[in-house]
Amino acid sequence: MRSLLAAAGAASVFALRAATALVTPPFEFRETGRQLYELGLRSAPLIAVSGVAVGVVLSMHTRDSLERFGAESMIPAGLALALVRETGPLTAGLLLSGRIGAGIGAELGAMKVTEQIDALEATAVDAFRYLVVTRVMACIIAVPILTTIMNFAGMLGGFLAENTTTGMAFGLYFERSFSLIDVTDYVPSTLKTMVFGFIIATTSSYLGFTTESGTEGVGRASTRAVVFSSILIIVSNVVLVRLIFFLFPGASG
Amino acid sequence: MQLVRERADFDQAQRPDTPAVRLEHVSKSFGARQVLDDVSFDVPAGCGFVILGRSGSGKSVTLRHIVGLVRPDSGRVFVHGDEVSTLSGVELSRVRRHIGFLFQNSALFDSISVGENVAFPLRRHTKLSDGEIRAIALDKLEAVGLGREYDKMPAALSGGMRKRAGLARALALDPRLLLVDEPSAGLDPITADEIDTLLADLKGRGRATLVVVTHNIPSAKRLGDWLIMLHGGQIVAEGTPGDLARSSHELVRAFMNSQNAG
Repeated sequence: MRSLLAAAGAASVFALRAATALVTPPFEFRETGRQLYELGLRSAPLIAVSGVAVGVVLSMHTRDSLERFGAESMIPAGLALALVRETGPLTAGLLLSGRIGAGIGAELGAMKVTEQIDALEATAVDAFRYLVVTRVMACIIAVPILTTIMNFAGMLGGFLAENTTTGMAFGLYFERSFSLIDVTDYVPSTLKTMVFGFIIATTSSYLGFTTESGTEGVGRASTRAVVFSSILIIVSNVVLVRLIFFLFPGASG
Repeated sequence: MQLVRERADFDQAQRPDTPAVRLEHVSKSFGARQVLDDVSFDVPAGCGFVILGRSGSGKSVTLRHIVGLVRPDSGRVFVHGDEVSTLSGVELSRVRRHIGFLFQNSALFDSISVGENVAFPLRRHTKLSDGEIRAIALDKLEAVGLGREYDKMPAALSGGMRKRAGLARALALDPRLLLVDEPSAGLDPITADEIDTLLADLKGRGRATLVVVTHNIPSAKRLGDWLIMLHGGQIVAEGTPGDLARSSHELVRAFMNSQNAG
């Protein structure tokens, strides 16, 4: 129990240090750009394909429920609202904790056990800024963008399901999709994923940076990065939704 | 050229009697295990200094103290007059720019090519153009016999080639102090000899102070003007290779006359 609390404390200090370094120079623009490509752009296909699949399934469930009340015309709006407010952000966060979290945990863990992190330091490079802060910044920027891609991919999936079932036209579907959504539905729930990005990057970087015991430790760091990132995202989501309700009474996070 | 100018400025700023490295009463423990116990020594500038000892005797930890990767529990560590054991951030980086470090397992960055590994310190610490950086990196790789491997990835190299590439990276900024951790570890005798030859050439040209950690006696005799032997975290003997061979300390004599002694 004591070691668990010590690890939680060390991870919190690590996250605080990352948060401070995010807003203080020097900034590693070039490496941040490279991480945006590696962590962000290269995650886009996974998010887009998953988004379409989630949209199709949500559409089928929504149709099943709304048909009972004769409210099929509400399917596009209901689905879009569900996606934008909660399903898109949370699903994207969990998917990215898998792809990005495992990647960062394994990469930094391997660098740690092969002394590459020490080599960076010995080359007079601040390894924390170069490896951690760049990844945190890239995740904070990329996760909201990927969440938006997920939302639109989900709507596209919903359209495909609806078009197959009823032959609804593309223009009509998206017109209905956006009929109930306003800025307080989209902005707070998408911006909260910046916190998800911070959680994924700091948790997995911390586990990578503290890797021990060779390749076995690298595997453990990678697995733990996914598990802890996912748990923290789900728990923090509860707090964030509550906060969004409080700050934007018209929205539901 | 920028590197030449920086090195000249550095040399001018140094007092001739300032040791390249000084450890004063350094002690270090990891948990309950004491690795270094009141270790003190000076490494004169331009000297070939070898740290000998059995596995786990604290050799590599000593080297890591010098570059500031490990901080002592007590005692002080100076490099070119700067107390690295108290420095951090920009000040520590300034000192490290004049230190090259060849790690035991080379520690090449495996996500970039061999050439980019050598170019990395130049990109970080100089304002040279891409063309100039490439030319210097190529020059360093050619000096270690790897001129044709610039675009290969580290994983495609053999152990000996990785070690030489690591040496080229350590020399990229023309360091005043070169730290070498087990240069012959894991290498066949011929490749190990090639690495020793490169280090001996470097020392012979008086370009840098050499601090080498090894348990290979022929290598130690070839590279060391002055040797120390660590045992149980303490210096149990020091002197020239000849002095250590005649030491009254049984372990030191056994070590110096062991199987790999040349």
